[in-house]
Amino acid sequence: MKSDRVLRVIAKLMIPFVLVFALYVQLHGDFGPGGGFQAGVILAAGLIFYGLIFGLETTRRIAPDWLVETMVAAGVLIYAGVGVVSMLLGGNFLDYSVLARDPVAGQHLGILLVELGVGVTVSGVMVTIFYMFAGRAGREPGED
Amino acid sequence: MMAAAALAIVRTRNLFSVVVVCSHYSFLIASVLLVLDAVDVAMTEASVGAGITTVLMLGTLYLTRGEEAAPMHRPLVPLAVALVTGGLLVYGTLGLPEFGSPESVIHQHVAPRYLEQGPAETGVPNVVTAVLASYRGFDTLGETVVIFTGGVGVIALLRRRRRRRED
Repeated sequence: MKSDRVLRVIAKLMIPFVLVFALYVQLHGDFGPGGGFQAGVILAAGLIFYGLIFGLETTRRIAPDWLVETMVAAGVLIYAGVGVVSMLLGGNFLDYSVLARDPVAGQHLGILLVELGVGVTVSGVMVTIFYMFAGRAGREPGED
Repeated sequence: MMAAAALAIVRTRNLFSVVVVCSHYSFLIASVLLVLDAVDVAMTEASVGAGITTVLMLGTLYLTRGEEAAPMHRPLVPLAVALVTGGLLVYGTLGLPEFGSPESVIHQHVAPRYLEQGPAETGVPNVVTAVLASYRGFDTLGETVVIFTGGVGVIALLRRRRRRRED
């Protein structure tokens, strides 16, 4: 699909908006619809779209394997880390009220961080699965 | 339209068209969820169901064959099981309270408290996010771990095979 000019131009036009929309959904999830999960999927969809049009190797240069696989674990760590920090600050596990001086602000901050963790893990996992599948497609059938 | 799409999925033997119709079906479900005011779920359905799943299915098809194998036995027993289960589920819905009724049990338990206190306690206007991340934080942590496990599983399965080839 690399040679199709229409696809390339459309992809180049659309992907920035997809990525910005993912960020918007991620950071605006507490005001509008959406949240970490949706944002992660949209971000991953943008990357996968890029991978479909411009090839797997180009995408791997932007988001290398180590980065994507670190994201898989980092999201869970962010999430659980927020819980541990709230415990260290004297609250219960995942009790965000202690994260800031004002309980409401603490809740807000906690939700934002936790959603970030979800988003990071989800996008990491989705892109990883795509890499794994697409990586197998590149080789000869006899190799399997 | 959804029934037509489902029938088309069952009838078609070419898996490529099945995948395309499945994606179409996901979009229809997303529109239904949108009508039901479940925008968060609709977004998930549209992006995961119609988007990424379709790509992964097509990728799998590329690796395997594109035609469904002819069934080896008559599908009468599975059909009977499906019909009985479906019938029981429909029978079960008869006992449920009316759709959207505010008196139903599920709307009497914790939901009013979430709706009344949520914005004040968390400072987050989107109640779905507040419930998901704060009140039900443990559940969401569990979900994230499930996704993490899924990703690790895929890595473990497909990576090891690659390394074994190199030996």
